[in-house]
Amino acid sequence: MAKLKVLVAEFDTPAQIVEAAGAVSDAGYRDFDTHTPFPIHGLDRAMKVPGSKLGWIVFAHGLLGFSVALALQWWTSAVDYPMVIGGKPYFSYQAFVPVCFALTILFSAFGTVFGMFFLNSLPRWFHPVLAHPDFRRATDDKFFLSIESTDPKFDATRTRALLEQIGGKRVALVESP
Amino acid sequence: MSQTPNTIPEALLPTSEYEEEKLVHGGLTFHDVTEVVARPTEEKTPLVWYVCLALALGVLGVFGASILWLVWAGTGIWGLQQPVGWGWAIVNFVFWVGIGHAGTLISAILFLFRQKWRTSINRFAEAMTIFAVACALTFPGIHVGRLWLAYWMFPLPNQMGMWPNFRSPLLWDVFAVGTYGTVSILFWYVGLIPDLATLRDRATTKTRALLYGIFSLGWRSSMRHWVHYERAYLILAGISTPLVLSVHTIVSFDFAVSVVPGWHTTIFPPYFVAGAIFSGFAMVVTLMVVARQVFGFKDLVTISHLEKMNKIILLTGTLVGYAYGMEFFIAWYSGNEYEAFAFVNRAFGPYAWAYWIMISCNVITPQFFWFKRMRRSIPVMFALSIFVNIGMWFERFVITMTLHRDFLPSSWGYYMPSIWDILTFIGSFGLFFTLFLLFLRFLPAIAIAEVKGVMPEADPHHGHAHHGDVRHAEHAEAH
Repeated sequence: MAKLKVLVAEFDTPAQIVEAAGAVSDAGYRDFDTHTPFPIHGLDRAMKVPGSKLGWIVFAHGLLGFSVALALQWWTSAVDYPMVIGGKPYFSYQAFVPVCFALTILFSAFGTVFGMFFLNSLPRWFHPVLAHPDFRRATDDKFFLSIESTDPKFDATRTRALLEQIGGKRVALVESP
Repeated sequence: MSQTPNTIPEALLPTSEYEEEKLVHGGLTFHDVTEVVARPTEEKTPLVWYVCLALALGVLGVFGASILWLVWAGTGIWGLQQPVGWGWAIVNFVFWVGIGHAGTLISAILFLFRQKWRTSINRFAEAMTIFAVACALTFPGIHVGRLWLAYWMFPLPNQMGMWPNFRSPLLWDVFAVGTYGTVSILFWYVGLIPDLATLRDRATTKTRALLYGIFSLGWRSSMRHWVHYERAYLILAGISTPLVLSVHTIVSFDFAVSVVPGWHTTIFPPYFVAGAIFSGFAMVVTLMVVARQVFGFKDLVTISHLEKMNKIILLTGTLVGYAYGMEFFIAWYSGNEYEAFAFVNRAFGPYAWAYWIMISCNVITPQFFWFKRMRRSIPVMFALSIFVNIGMWFERFVITMTLHRDFLPSSWGYYMPSIWDILTFIGSFGLFFTLFLLFLRFLPAIAIAEVKGVMPEADPHHGHAHHGDVRHAEHAEAH
């Protein structure tokens, strides 16, 4: 597999990165990304990032949690070990509501967190952008834009020129070791 | 931000949310925020931390010793007898679960209501939730006296071929509190990921870089990641909101589903939830007042933040006071003599002292917060928050002590805690504070990325008159 190369440029303010992301997107780049210490609203639209599909994953997990809870309580109370307790019916669904509710939430929560990891391909302990000399500040106070070599429009010299033209500082070509 | 001319008269323009109130004081920049929050985890450990930790560990040792003695000797070491078969174990359980509620409320409900001031305190409060739930869970775990059989509560096929009884509130508790604890940890951890990455990037030693690196999962602050991340956070807030309300509802079912006079009431779920938020916020105020002083978070957690929490204490405390009154009203209005007796006995019986401590602490204390000067005074709020915590412990005690005079006068008794009851309760604070001190030392106590996100500089339109941002449009519509 060819080594992934990434051109990384640094910006100083949220306004600059939003503008730069819009310019790169308009120039027709696809495999690019921005790195900001906090989510900037409007940046996703400037980058034309589609909305997250996480909701569907969570919905499926919630449904699964509910079904598991209902099946568990029905099987244990009405089929496998039926016992009259307080004169209630074996399948006393009203009494089963709390557990169904709790497991729906529990499964949804796992679906949310692990679904988010899945969509973001995390954990991923190394990515070439991390090799940029100043990238540590992406989690502090600087804003970075990175364009990956997998992009069809990627061209080491012309892409670099574009990044510099839109005001990117410390433009560097980084790659995995 | 209406300094530039606009076609709409200025008075009619919606005030920018950043102008309404500055959440971060002291003119801090993004980098300063990182510095302020990261400093306590990076500096040389102060001596006072070691002193506190030693103290907390000592108390934790008492907890361990009382549990060991309980395992060795059985529940006879506690003051339990008939008719009070549930003593301090359930009082402490409900108390600790209640303490935890502020954390989830701040992180979930206030997030959904777009209350930006929550960002400075949510990490802290969420940590408090997790540690309080850990303390809470030990009590149902140990109150059976035979800890090694606690697995009977789980729906595991065991050698006896039996299943737990899903029609019992005690089993609902296992699922509700277990889910609550798990979801709180997930919520907390997801919130921590970007900040752990910040600490990783600031690491100066190999160990720190490695440990924070592992737990931050290689987070590289990518906007494509932030999109999914923010959605995940929103969904977690959305599902935690009904969860936080349901947990204490289900805890209240432990009482309400029984037919004991004074317990068998529909007011229990909302009353328990209000009480939980009340005590939880009081605990956040108690701890935050100290932590912001010690760690220098005063620019991030301002007096206004504390004042807002005090307003919530006032609101929920008044709700709790209303519930006390309503319980009496219904006891009279129902015409049920057992019900009426239970309440007269509460207020004027052998446990009247506990009842009036509860009323003084829970009903009178929060009323001081009607006054702005009281709400904004650190010593006042610190003292009052401690009173609330005492009062809320007594509330659970008073409810449990309803058992001491049941239907048959021949079985009336008076419950006295033994020294082991008291030591176990005090010991649980050791667990709570040990975990808390470790948290303050090794993790960012304030959500760095979130605080930066609510600073005016974070808005790409900062300094411009026009706000094209969706959030601003919504904000304008709301006015």
